[in-house]
Amino acid sequence: MQDEAIVEVKGIGKIYEGGVEALKDVSLAFPRGKLCTLLGPSGCGKTTLLKIIAGLIPHNGGELWVKGKQVEGPGPERAFVFQDFALLPWADVLRNVAFGLELRGVPRAEREDIARRYIAEVGLKGFESSHPNRLSGGMKQRVGLARALAVDADIILMDEPFSSVDEQTRRKFQEDLLDMLRHRRKTVIFVTHSIEEAAYLSDQIALLSPRPGTVSRIIRPNVDHARTADAIRRDRNYLDTVDEIWQILKQYVA
Amino acid sequence: MRRSLSSSEPGPGCGQEPAARPETQVKRDNRAASHVVWQLLSFVLFFGLWELAGRWPISAAFPPFSRTLLALWQMIADGSLGSAYLLTLQPLVIGIMLCGVAGIGFGIGMGLSRTVEWFSLPIFIILQAAPMAAIIPLITFYYGIGLAAKVVAVVLLAAPVIVMNSYKGIRNTHPSLIQMSRSFLGTRRQEVTKIILPHAGALIFTGLRLGVAMGFIGVVIAELLITPTGIGDLISYHSSVADYPKMFAAIASIIVVAAIAIHALERLERRLFPPEMRGAL
Repeated sequence: MQDEAIVEVKGIGKIYEGGVEALKDVSLAFPRGKLCTLLGPSGCGKTTLLKIIAGLIPHNGGELWVKGKQVEGPGPERAFVFQDFALLPWADVLRNVAFGLELRGVPRAEREDIARRYIAEVGLKGFESSHPNRLSGGMKQRVGLARALAVDADIILMDEPFSSVDEQTRRKFQEDLLDMLRHRRKTVIFVTHSIEEAAYLSDQIALLSPRPGTVSRIIRPNVDHARTADAIRRDRNYLDTVDEIWQILKQYVA
Repeated sequence: MRRSLSSSEPGPGCGQEPAARPETQVKRDNRAASHVVWQLLSFVLFFGLWELAGRWPISAAFPPFSRTLLALWQMIADGSLGSAYLLTLQPLVIGIMLCGVAGIGFGIGMGLSRTVEWFSLPIFIILQAAPMAAIIPLITFYYGIGLAAKVVAVVLLAAPVIVMNSYKGIRNTHPSLIQMSRSFLGTRRQEVTKIILPHAGALIFTGLRLGVAMGFIGVVIAELLITPTGIGDLISYHSSVADYPKMFAAIASIIVVAAIAIHALERLERRLFPPEMRGAL
């Protein structure tokens, strides 16, 4: 399955002020149209790597390639979904979803049309004029996802998007996410610390080891995502993948 | 004080009302009514104690409430109170307006620019901690005894809290929101106008309200220490001729005016920045 890589990091390092080495010589390729997970224990620099790919924080050494071009900084082909949602508290759902387009100067009527479509798509129809403080964690994250989808980026970067969402909501959201992405052919780079989540969602899992963060293994679970959620969760490959990851990660857990 | 007393003790207190309404509907009205009753009761208690203390008398210079009220009425009737406030409010309004424009602007500048912060943060931290009343004699030295000196007194007291609140409002912008703006290719200008300023709005307004409270202190101190004008004149004049009811009436009036002004600003603040606009994220 050697697809063309849409995002590529080559020998990326990151040293924070104070000398903490968060990432060391990380090289990874993310194939187009696939869902790739960065998985590892806390402190392995997975969020740092994702934010470097997003162009939100600078890296020390190495190269970042997106769609065949070397880039620094954010770009219109990448959209970010934040762990803490990062919604404007004073704006309603409609404006929040349209905010990416607002920043790009899309006229109001047009961007609100687009936003309404994506609000419906993530299942929030009827909440357009609600403020974020009226929404549950799961709903807020749907707003965050709709905002990322609305700018029509090819690459969606998700930083532990379900970590502050309860288990039931999380499962439903995962299923919806898979469904939606399959239809839109987006490339997703997804940070998580949940082994099950990674095995369930991913076409490719990069296991990161901590201090400094390096790629310790790349796993391609052979899970057929076209099947139903329940079938996947009973799938032999899925269960084997979960087990395999755990065997590797076990050694990093103190 | 009064508010917390009445709300923390939502007892009966509407028993004297010979209500003949259906009980289910009455409940809600009762609570609102008892709220008002308790508020009135606390007023009665406060002024009653004042009256008693004045009649005791604890001091010849402590007039009872009734005589103070009468004196207040006389001062309103003969126009002396009105013209005093016209004088007192001038430096206050000018000072607050200056702080509102320059102070907020400066605070925002400090929040946005490391250089401005580096230059001025220590000054405002010191100003905020310093007992400003000690500087007022110095103001006379430089600015004389006119309106300018009093405006300076108001500004000196009100500016630190206004500047610091604006500064903190800007600095407290959630880092995630800034990253969000950058990831969606927002320019620095958009970041400031669409995220940082709206985010800081509530805190800036709070600073303005606290600044007005400090301004009242500043203007009264200035009127008592620099030259007796306005309400400060009424207080010191009636004190010097031992007309204590009028002196008390002047003091009570400025307290009431300040309290009402601050309370009105607080309500305005809650209207402009309701909780759903301030929520974390």
